[in-house]
Amino acid sequence: MTIYFENARLIDPEAGDERRANLISDGGRIAAVDAASAPRGARVIDCTGLCLAPGIVDMGVQVGEPGARHKESFRSAGLAAAAGGVTTMITRPDTDPAIDTPEVLEFVTRRAQGETPVRMHPMAALTRARAGAEMCEIGFLMDAGAVAFSDGDRVVTDTRLMARSLSYAAGLGALVIGHPQDPGLSRGAVASSGKFATLRGLPAVSPMAERMGLDRDIALVEMTGARYHADQITTGRALPALRRARANGFDVSAGVSIHHLTLNELDVGDYRTFFKLAPPLRSEEDRVALVAAVAEGLVEVIGSMHTPQDEESKRLPFEAAAAGAVGLQTLLPAAMRLYHSGDLSLAQLWRAMALNPARRLGLATGRLAEGAPADLVLFDPDAPFVLDRFTLESKSKNTPFDGARLQGRVRATFVGGAQVFGPEDA
Amino acid sequence: MTFHAQHLLGIEHLAPAGITALLDRADRYVAFNRGGAKHADSLAGMTQINMFFEPSTRTQASFELAGKRLGADVMSMAMQASSLTKGETLIDTAMTLNAMHPDLLVVRHPNSGAVDLLAQKVTCAVLNAGDGRHEHPTQALLDALTIRRAKGRLHRLTVAICGDIAHSRVARSNIWLLGKMENRIRLVGPPTLMPAAAAELGVEVTDDMRAGLADADVVMMLRLQRERMDGGFVPSEREYYHRFGLDADKLAHAAPDAIVMHPGPMNRGIEIDGTLADDINRSVIQDQVEMGVAVRMAAMELLAENLRAARAEAAHG
Repeated sequence: MTIYFENARLIDPEAGDERRANLISDGGRIAAVDAASAPRGARVIDCTGLCLAPGIVDMGVQVGEPGARHKESFRSAGLAAAAGGVTTMITRPDTDPAIDTPEVLEFVTRRAQGETPVRMHPMAALTRARAGAEMCEIGFLMDAGAVAFSDGDRVVTDTRLMARSLSYAAGLGALVIGHPQDPGLSRGAVASSGKFATLRGLPAVSPMAERMGLDRDIALVEMTGARYHADQITTGRALPALRRARANGFDVSAGVSIHHLTLNELDVGDYRTFFKLAPPLRSEEDRVALVAAVAEGLVEVIGSMHTPQDEESKRLPFEAAAAGAVGLQTLLPAAMRLYHSGDLSLAQLWRAMALNPARRLGLATGRLAEGAPADLVLFDPDAPFVLDRFTLESKSKNTPFDGARLQGRVRATFVGGAQVFGPEDA
Repeated sequence: MTFHAQHLLGIEHLAPAGITALLDRADRYVAFNRGGAKHADSLAGMTQINMFFEPSTRTQASFELAGKRLGADVMSMAMQASSLTKGETLIDTAMTLNAMHPDLLVVRHPNSGAVDLLAQKVTCAVLNAGDGRHEHPTQALLDALTIRRAKGRLHRLTVAICGDIAHSRVARSNIWLLGKMENRIRLVGPPTLMPAAAAELGVEVTDDMRAGLADADVVMMLRLQRERMDGGFVPSEREYYHRFGLDADKLAHAAPDAIVMHPGPMNRGIEIDGTLADDINRSVIQDQVEMGVAVRMAAMELLAENLRAARAEAAHG
């Protein structure tokens, strides 16, 4: 199947720019980026007024398989991803049981193949049962397709085990994803310490806990030479440590969730549990610092940190409620807030949402280059809408953007040149 | 009347005029409660349910008595709050009780915000009797009434709030209320028991009792939970009493006519000297208990009036 995308506003994260051009997808790959005319017999899609960008590579998606299929299945997650312009889901291992053996990994990979229309690459746990006591079979898990190793939001508190895991992973060239947080300081906390948490009477953690966690992990990276990615950096205080590590030439990268870039602690308001995240939402100063860090390229990855929770686990007092928000389908429109506010260009956004995560994980996607997989999202960056959470494809509807005015709608999504979302005559 | 709320969940959303209106009405109930016939009928036919998910003696008794003196049918329920199921219990119980058509729900819960959550699920009036570390509005109102009667005014006073501020809902409600009424507030306590952002609350913060009490008109002591004295927050009881316990020596730095308050129950010899607590020339601790009943009568009556008005409007609209 050949598709001719005519007169599109191409968002090219590699070149760091955008331009009006025609793109040809053929045989699952991008055949030409600046085509002059449609090949004979090609399906022509008039993209006038629309943007065409590489499909989003969402690093850190939680799917409820195994263990919590009532919250999210591969089918529902895949539909949400397709509708949100996400063409590759990098799934998290914090399932029940954890994805900590090649057998469980093969199970989820097989489940995903039959159920989701988008690509899926799994992360595996770093330690067995994410318990922080023994390392997983990193080699076998890599052979089975694990693209990175992470204990999710649990910190490996045993520094010696963390050092050995990083050292072992370094020998295999595996990427380790850490959750920078000092576990002692953050124990029991559900908010960031500050005026808001004080007035609401919520147990809070100092933003310093994140920097302490990052400092420890960076020291271990220096010791072991491992490849390391911090799943979420959410405070301005942690950025100088990241900058120093980078300047020293360590193989350290970092991500941030779209929620921490577009919301702050005040959004919690009167204990709205859909805004309870881990790490908690931060101050406006932190949000602004993180947006600047993304613009600068210091924080390279933006993801949804998609975390489905059912209604019951959110209908609790704030302290007792589950943390996390769904984001596969709202990542793109939420990111458009940063574009419309003038903080980030579309090319910058797509560096962080597609090119950088793909590169970090060794995937061929995330680019608009001849020969690259034709994973594409066609979207209208301006189309306004009010989000109704019950229209989301996810089984869980726990989005902080319910009722929010958003701009930016996906018109069509293509994976390997095949359309997985949008009208046939798009 | 300037008190229009459906619920009394906290001081944060009250206006100064609403606070004054409530205190004025409470003042009348102080006299009423001292009289011989302590029975009125302004809540007659109304059902009041007290739900305490956290143990309480004085607050529960105070609410119960307040309701009974105004003629309400009062039921008190001691809720078992097991840590895993309390959330489900909370909403489920709220819905169940709501179906029985109560008029006033008095709720205490160990989680901040839990009473707000419950209030969203019911159609009656909800009074917060303390939620986690968040608010305890009737305590702040009874403290305000006590101060107003002892000092003749509720503005331009220097009030020192001393002790475990970090874990105290009483402190937060008092900071809101005394701030709204334009008083000077000092928070005194060890840094480990001070909220991270205390200085951003429009108050002065110190860990020196003598400096904190200097020329204070009101000295408000807070209870220190025993489990916080084991070295986790302060090194020991005796060091805490030495540095932060209120005794005659420290009180000498306050204004000569300063009053001493405590929300109870007291730890004598830990946060306050026993003799001082009983000194009727300085301590207004017993007055606070008395004002508590009057303030709760006024609050429930105002909410009941608003509830009746809302129901009448709904019936005619």
